Amino acid sequence: MEEADVAWCPGCGNFTIWEVLKETLAELGRRPQEVVIVSGIGQAAKMPHYLRCHTFNGLHGRALPAATGVKVANPGMLVIAEGGDGDMYGEGGNHLLHTIRRNPDITNLVHDNMVYGLTKGQASPTSARGFHTPIQVDGVLLEPFNPLAVAIALDASFVARACTVDATGLKTILKQAIRHPGYALVDILHPCVSFNKVITFRWFRENTYPLEDDHDPADRVEAFRRAIETERLPLGVFYVNAAKPVFEGSLPVYAGRDEPLASRRVDMKRLEAFLRGGLKTA
Amino acid sequence: MRGAKVPEGGDASIVLCGPAGQGVQTAEQLMVAVFRRAGLNVFATKEYMSRVRGGSNSTTIRISPERVRALVDRMDIFVPLDRDALEHCRTRISKDTIVLGEKEVFSAEEGDPPTEEGTFPGRFQDIPLSRLAKEAGGAIYANTVVVGTVAALCKIDEAVVRSSVENAFQKRDREIVDKNLTAARLGYELGAGLPHGLPSAAGGAGASDTTTEVILNGGEAIALGAIAGGCRFISSYPMTPSTPVLTFLAKHGTDFDIVAEQAEDEIAAINMALGAWYAGARSMVSTSGGGFALMVEGLSLAAMTETPVVIHLAQRPGPATGLPTRTEQGELLFALRAGHGEFPRVIFTPGTLEDGFYLTQKAFNLADRYQIPVFVLTDQYFIDSYYNLPPFDLAGVDNPDPVIQTTADYRRYAFTEDGVTPRGIPGYGDGLVVVDSDEHDEEGHITEDENVRARMVQKRLKKLEALVREAVPPEWIGPPDAETLVICWGSTVHLAAEAITKTTRGKQAVLYFKQVYPLHAGAAGLIRKAKRLSIVENNATGQFARILQSRLQIDVPVKILKYDGLPFTVEELARELDTAVG
Repeated sequence: MEEADVAWCPGCGNFTIWEVLKETLAELGRRPQEVVIVSGIGQAAKMPHYLRCHTFNGLHGRALPAATGVKVANPGMLVIAEGGDGDMYGEGGNHLLHTIRRNPDITNLVHDNMVYGLTKGQASPTSARGFHTPIQVDGVLLEPFNPLAVAIALDASFVARACTVDATGLKTILKQAIRHPGYALVDILHPCVSFNKVITFRWFRENTYPLEDDHDPADRVEAFRRAIETERLPLGVFYVNAAKPVFEGSLPVYAGRDEPLASRRVDMKRLEAFLRGGLKTA
Repeated sequence: MRGAKVPEGGDASIVLCGPAGQGVQTAEQLMVAVFRRAGLNVFATKEYMSRVRGGSNSTTIRISPERVRALVDRMDIFVPLDRDALEHCRTRISKDTIVLGEKEVFSAEEGDPPTEEGTFPGRFQDIPLSRLAKEAGGAIYANTVVVGTVAALCKIDEAVVRSSVENAFQKRDREIVDKNLTAARLGYELGAGLPHGLPSAAGGAGASDTTTEVILNGGEAIALGAIAGGCRFISSYPMTPSTPVLTFLAKHGTDFDIVAEQAEDEIAAINMALGAWYAGARSMVSTSGGGFALMVEGLSLAAMTETPVVIHLAQRPGPATGLPTRTEQGELLFALRAGHGEFPRVIFTPGTLEDGFYLTQKAFNLADRYQIPVFVLTDQYFIDSYYNLPPFDLAGVDNPDPVIQTTADYRRYAFTEDGVTPRGIPGYGDGLVVVDSDEHDEEGHITEDENVRARMVQKRLKKLEALVREAVPPEWIGPPDAETLVICWGSTVHLAAEAITKTTRGKQAVLYFKQVYPLHAGAAGLIRKAKRLSIVENNATGQFARILQSRLQIDVPVKILKYDGLPFTVEELARELDTAVG
């Protein structure tokens, strides 16, 4: 890939996520050929274009189902589904719910700046009540979407929140999320320098703090309690359910057989026998 | 056999009708098993209401020493399970129809036994169903009694009935088998003693041996074609009438390395399929009109990313929810036009089970080779109809794998002569496979360069040239020198093919299109051979006629259209051909 013409605004939190993700993958020793990033539409979803990796930059909101398909076809790939808050929580909301239930081994990175960037400053699902935009002229009337609380309520297998004001913390969380077998949600708070003049870098500095060292991510009720804190926002790994079966690992086609579906061919002899002997009326 | 009439062509039509959940299907299955064991050809199709219990659902079973593959209106034997069933099929009762039923069931409400002159033209035969069922072991054996009676009326050897019952209940307790045997015997004895009978299909004597054949419905033919085509993944949301394909692959998929996933919605379904095929697993979706409407965005994604996908679209009447369990050919232009942007596609419209199988298999190869969406367009009538046929021959069935091992300099959209870039997949080679729903450069990265844009449009559309060369020609059925040609596509083919043998207006042939887009280059020439043209479509606006008009500049003057939610019948179509053509 030649030097990419990066479409993000100078000072955007996406740059931090970009740097940290590159470092994380390198430190985990993952070659570009092993990584598939599936993204949707929006500024955040452009991420894979600026990295060396396999890329499926699909439709707005549809990264998770496409990522699930990739993982089913070839469980050996490291699959990351990446996008913004509008992409994953708005347009793709239904897929979020059901991907959590399905639990494929996908790391879901959501750049959450609480505003729409690419369409120029409308409210996102996570925008605060009262946030004024060119469309929400009287301020947002809807309750903001709480991705962590929803994910924990659905017993997601890994739920974390990070913020670009703490790049070190972000990297620690990304490593855990990528290593986690099963669906991992990382909600990554970051400022939008162009369209969110309320939630700024400074705001995050002042209104986020790390979860305590003794926070037990196995405690779902406590995780939920922490997820609904709204005064100041905790950062860290809220919840992990290590016992949850991984979707592709539960599929009979992979029982005792690792060969990806992609490289399997039709057993015509078996089909022949099936056609001649095994068929009855519908 | 007092009063018995030999049905035309030696075949018989038996109709079972009753409320959902009352065992019509059980009786149907056993009856079909009996006829099959007798060596007869069997065709059956059902029409049913969108409900789990109650209402009136009917199944028409045709049997014959010859192949039968189309629905007839005629009922030689009619078994209504309740009064509503009688009303439901009343218009199909002729003076020759033998109506089997229990007098009390039908005369309870109005007090007029249906045997009385004028109530309906058929010959009502009171059969003491309740008493015989009770004698056999209980009310649930009534279905088996009916099967015995019908078998006797059709002159099936009683030993065949016995062995069919043994076979059908072989996994059950001996006691249940015995009770069913008793029920079948009581029913048979009753039938043998009735004044009516069908010296018809009858007996299976002299019938060609069909016992080595298989019996399949349309849904199974499509699903088997998918297996043969190397399908590895199907993701779908249940929607009548497309669901049987998903169900079949869920049931048998593991044996053939197939994952069948029920998606949360059709949007997820097609995006999963695209993700899977991007990563190398041949994938399909199965849906109907409303579900496909949700997939349209994903269809366009398939086109832009040049990711193959096979879409089984089983039509039912619309708009919106329409008639969920009924049939129509109303989505042809929708399938053709669906998707934002301009891009190539292929639409197969199988009307025979053989074509359902081979074209679905071919759909996977075509999609993979040209990296395009390929449609297999069916409908409820096709999906729910079944008949016996020789097992599909796999001798010529091959699935070439066009996927290449990538090198470090791999470019997913490198420009080529024919518009097709050799496709790599993640995990196979040193290259990186980058696809994008935005317009993209040869590497797959987002671009707004107008020159690249124009070349990419040309690259995608260029494939159409090869797709035309690969198109499946329409099939001429009937006398080669026929001057009157009946054009049809998809599920109407068997109906049309039989109807032209029943018309009184001279030599007619059928031109059956199993691929409606792009059209085979020889199509226009075949159509122009005929002096008179008509077209048969199960829709209100003659959608294929419009395609012929716009693509071939051929006007078909006579359009025989049906859009009440039901398929044509052979008689109906023959009548239409008689009055409309010539």
